[in-house]
Amino acid sequence: MNEFITSIWPLIWMVIKIVCIVGPLLLAVAYLTFAERKVIGYIQRRLGPNRVGLGGLLQPIADGMKLLFKEWMIPHCSSKSLFILAPVLSLVPALVMWAVVPFTETWVLSEIDAGVLFILSMASLGVYGILLAGWASNSKYAFFGAMRACAQMISYEIAMGFALIGVLMVSGSLNLKTIVMHQAGGVTHWFIWPLFPMFVVYWISAVAETNRAPFDVAEGESEIVAGFHVEYSGMGFALFFLAEYANMIIISALATIMFLGGWRSPFEGISGLPALALPGFVWFILKTSLFLFIYLWFRATLPRYRYDQIMRLGWKILIPIAIAWIVVVGLMIQLNWIEVL
Amino acid sequence: MPSKDQTLEQKLKQWFMCWTLAELRSGLNLTLMQLVAPSITLKFPKEQTPRSRRYRGALALRRYPNGEERCIACKLCEAVCPALAITIEAAPTPSGQRQTTRFDIDAFKCVHCGLCEEACPVDSIVLTREIHYHFERRGDNILTKDVLLATGDRYEAQLAQDRKDEEDYR
Repeated sequence: MNEFITSIWPLIWMVIKIVCIVGPLLLAVAYLTFAERKVIGYIQRRLGPNRVGLGGLLQPIADGMKLLFKEWMIPHCSSKSLFILAPVLSLVPALVMWAVVPFTETWVLSEIDAGVLFILSMASLGVYGILLAGWASNSKYAFFGAMRACAQMISYEIAMGFALIGVLMVSGSLNLKTIVMHQAGGVTHWFIWPLFPMFVVYWISAVAETNRAPFDVAEGESEIVAGFHVEYSGMGFALFFLAEYANMIIISALATIMFLGGWRSPFEGISGLPALALPGFVWFILKTSLFLFIYLWFRATLPRYRYDQIMRLGWKILIPIAIAWIVVVGLMIQLNWIEVL
Repeated sequence: MPSKDQTLEQKLKQWFMCWTLAELRSGLNLTLMQLVAPSITLKFPKEQTPRSRRYRGALALRRYPNGEERCIACKLCEAVCPALAITIEAAPTPSGQRQTTRFDIDAFKCVHCGLCEEACPVDSIVLTREIHYHFERRGDNILTKDVLLATGDRYEAQLAQDRKDEEDYR
């Protein structure tokens, strides 16, 4: 019996760790929706939700309950199995990506050497959920939304991938932990400085990749109602919502790791700042929240792009900039302007 | 997009603005300023927008401080009412004064124009500031004399104060 427990203990331990990541993550997703409504509310000089709980703090719980108890309608002419599969398929990659994210030097579920590659491939899988949702709904709005989303995500993935190549060149590794380790030594050693154009390209593509405003033509309320998830209700809709916000969080976390030194404090190397000696985990959360705030800020500021403008920006501007800066980074490395370990 | 009739300087400026995302940054700056600016929404049931002293809300009949009804059944309000919402019947009291026996206002007909208040020689019929009232049963829309007097009693302090403040303009 004892042997049995020792043999399955690593498995149990793994499940416990997964729960420890996914639980707070889903809570963070719920409260990101709340933060979004509050931030956009305040930017429009409203108050946002403030009725449920203290200052509206229980609003996401109430929304979740509402969606949970709503009827899940399945359209008569839809492809039933794919219709049910699609929301799952869009949420799972968003959660799986967290397996390789290092929260601190030691807190990582599975440290694999091809971490960046894993994340990029999982991010690409997310598009299948959207595609299937649009196709299985058998509705023209959903189909239009899915087509737009696919074309957009495929184009911007290229720019995003190129932007990350710069990071890989400088750090010489695909392992997320190693990438962060190379940014040791305070704010001046972060990759954002030598790779600033890459960072801008990454961030713009990241917003487009997650189908968020101003690149949310896939939802496009004014033209195609709600895009790919127009036929979904109840928990099916909630899963798409969770997937969208979970994607936002993972993309922000990735930006933190790639460009802002992950869990590292910006004041590293400066002695005599004990008050700012926060644990690495807290810095990671703070930096990720900064990017999440920028997401919401963009949404409150910018009107939606026209579809052809999105394509032009992606193919004619972001991809050439990213490629050009890869050459520049290569030259900088050759001339020893950037130290490669 | 650069057009042909731009000077080189304009083109350079536009090129510079475009590649430094100048317009994006100014837009973001504007919304950030709005984020820290105070909100202008009122928490409605607790806070309400200020209403003028002359606000024309719910109808009411007033009394004199000694409790006597102000209305003398002159029927000027009935005559002036453009919506024909007021119905008055009158009879002398035991002490020989003119007084209404019936004073009905159909709230569904009333347009809250305030002409009855202007016509009234004794400040009896008034429009209060109150806007939150409703009817629960069919027939409640006919505001009887008792209802109107009760409304007047409830808001008497404010009505008296408002009329005192407005004295110079009446």
